[in-house]
Amino acid sequence: MTVFQIILLVFLLVCAIAVSFSKNLLNSILIFMSFSLIMSILWVCLESPDLGITEAAVGAGVTSILFFATLKKIHAIEVEGTQEEAEDEQA
Amino acid sequence: MSRLKTKEEYEKTIGFKFRRWLYGEEDPYINKVEMVKQHHRHVEEKTITERMHEKQMHREYTYDVNRNKVLKTYSMLYRIASVVFVILIAALLVYNVSWLPKTGAAEKAVNNEVPQRYIENGLQETGAVNIVTGMILDYRAFDTLGESHVLFIATITVLILLRNNKKKATIAQISDRRFEPKNDSILQLGAKILVPVIFVFGIYVVLNGHISPGGGFSGGAIIGAGLILYVSAFGFEKTEKFFTERTYKVISFAALATYCIAKSYSFYTGANHIHSIIPLGQPGAILSSGLILILNICVGMVVACTMYTFYVMFRKGDF
Repeated sequence: MTVFQIILLVFLLVCAIAVSFSKNLLNSILIFMSFSLIMSILWVCLESPDLGITEAAVGAGVTSILFFATLKKIHAIEVEGTQEEAEDEQA
Repeated sequence: MSRLKTKEEYEKTIGFKFRRWLYGEEDPYINKVEMVKQHHRHVEEKTITERMHEKQMHREYTYDVNRNKVLKTYSMLYRIASVVFVILIAALLVYNVSWLPKTGAAEKAVNNEVPQRYIENGLQETGAVNIVTGMILDYRAFDTLGESHVLFIATITVLILLRNNKKKATIAQISDRRFEPKNDSILQLGAKILVPVIFVFGIYVVLNGHISPGGGFSGGAIIGAGLILYVSAFGFEKTEKFFTERTYKVISFAALATYCIAKSYSFYTGANHIHSIIPLGQPGAILSSGLILILNICVGMVVACTMYTFYVMFRKGDF
């Protein structure tokens, strides 16, 4: 195991613990994204590039976007400019 | 007409009453049970607020940690117990992992004759340079078919659950649809540069699934991510020109049906030891490895459509 892989694994542990300790849901998703990204690099290191590509596309990309959309739907994150547009709509 | 009983006697029998009840000719309560007229209970607004306040007070009193010693000890114990439980579970998992053989060790259970056969004869039998693709789309193509159908069913479920009823759409949903997505010039410029590259890379990954790493699922996911980037930059009006619900249905159904037919042919010839007419071709060329290229394209299309449909359903609830 190279030093690079050990550094990545430490990052992985830090991400995994940080997700549960973050109070902000948006931050949790961002940390989860970085977890998936590190995991995809690790897959390539473990000689399975197929899984690496899939992990990067699904784990870091699509899943996080679906999380964002869900948070927006349940009004868990503030959206910039929504109020202005609502005022424009009224006027 | 002769009667055994007179009419008055007959009316007292159970049979007559049952018949009357059965046909609903008489309400059993009218003129028998005294009906008291119901008064509408008048509740004053003041009492409502008082009651709500009282409820709040009771709740505060119950959950006051300073007064409620039981709650205090319970919450403390709960925290300690949860930490202990998590540590125990983690220790158990780590202990189990420590028993696993090292990565690449010869005595590992997975090092039996099956992967050996795949590695030795995979190129000859499937014609795919990438052994992983050869495995999942030739030796274990039935599993991949199941996975594609799982994706299809998942999309159908999301469609059922999240789709807006056009007649009953609430104001919030309509306004959400109107406001999203915004015209962000930075995002649009980035998408203009990135989206074609992402699409070309996704198509490359799908088409080269049997030669280089990747395949239908990865390539489809990349194309789906590109579609999502495009729709979040330019809005649903642009994508509606080429991707509607009908497009999704046609593409998914056609891809799954093609997969089924192609693989049925291959299973039929394989099970009956008939020589397949599909040539395996030169290993390493694009047009090689028999059916794998077609199956990769099918899986890629299903996955790309699924990813995009998921996003659209979560975002807007409609195509």
